Amino acid sequence: MTTRSKNLLLLFAVIVLAVTPLLFVNGEFGGADDAAEQAIATLKPSYKPWSSSLFELPSETESMLFALQAALGAGFIGYAIGWFKGKSVKNKNND
Amino acid sequence: MKHRRSWSTALLVIGLTLYLAVNEPQTAYAMHIMEGFLPWGWALFWWILFVPFFIFGLRALIRITKETPELKIMLGLAGAFTFVLSALKIPSVTGSSSHPTGTGLGAVMFGPLPMSVLGSIVLLFQAVLLAHGGLTTLGANAFSMAVAGPIIGYAVYKGMMKSTRKQKLSIFAAAALADLSTYVITSLQLALAFPAEHGGVLASFAKFGGIFAVTQIPLAISEGLLTVLIWNWMQAHNSEELSVLQRRMKGAKQS
Repeated sequence: MTTRSKNLLLLFAVIVLAVTPLLFVNGEFGGADDAAEQAIATLKPSYKPWSSSLFELPSETESMLFALQAALGAGFIGYAIGWFKGKSVKNKNND
Repeated sequence: MKHRRSWSTALLVIGLTLYLAVNEPQTAYAMHIMEGFLPWGWALFWWILFVPFFIFGLRALIRITKETPELKIMLGLAGAFTFVLSALKIPSVTGSSSHPTGTGLGAVMFGPLPMSVLGSIVLLFQAVLLAHGGLTTLGANAFSMAVAGPIIGYAVYKGMMKSTRKQKLSIFAAAALADLSTYVITSLQLALAFPAEHGGVLASFAKFGGIFAVTQIPLAISEGLLTVLIWNWMQAHNSEELSVLQRRMKGAKQS
């Protein structure tokens, strides 16, 4: 099995892991915040959060920033891998 | 033979997912502790515990860039990997979403200390811009994700390399367990701050931990797989940097 097909298999497994819950679990797939408030409220009803975020962005902007975070990271990874590849090609040509 | 083994691994992964998928869904919140949701005493406690690691982490980063400047791009890669992975909110078997941490890769490459800096940069970004996590709880969140997770991942890598000598398997396990343990620590932090009326911290920990662990298991597996994937990419071009790194990882001092 070549490295490429192994890598494809790895990617496929990750996608399967992410998609199966969506197909088979009947949930909200909500994120943190509201559910957390409820859980802490049942454990300690008297607790009041004593500080809150400086500002809260609209959810559209928030998802844009999450995408931006991933894009910045992925961009750098692509740059680095490309740099390695370029170097190895250059070394081969010099040999 | 090799073919068959890979397929059985894939089948195992799929089978495990299906098994987990039929579990009773419940509401969970497997993410960072939100702003204001730790009593200030505990928030301060975790900040104090975290800061020394951050300072040692900074020193480790400076030492690495001085001793082996050619590894700067690898450090960037480790940081970028946490950036990507902690932005991926993936649906999980409990019917809620969580995200991986991406700290295992850097811990395996450079040891746990540099990750205390790289990981907390990600957390700061999310706390300030995304209202995800928070500044008062940053100490606690950074301790779980950027300190404890990487330490456990690194220990797992070292231990498995010694016993099995299989590098990719060790990397997989290190990344998956760094991810999983981050959320185990998070639930411990919440349990300590909010002990249950009956059963105290232990009961609370069982409650938080049960939810967190189950939500995080498939994500931890995903993180392990993705970490091996990027490792494969790096190896495909067998660069100078990688061999310098491999020597470093085996503990050889740079001369």
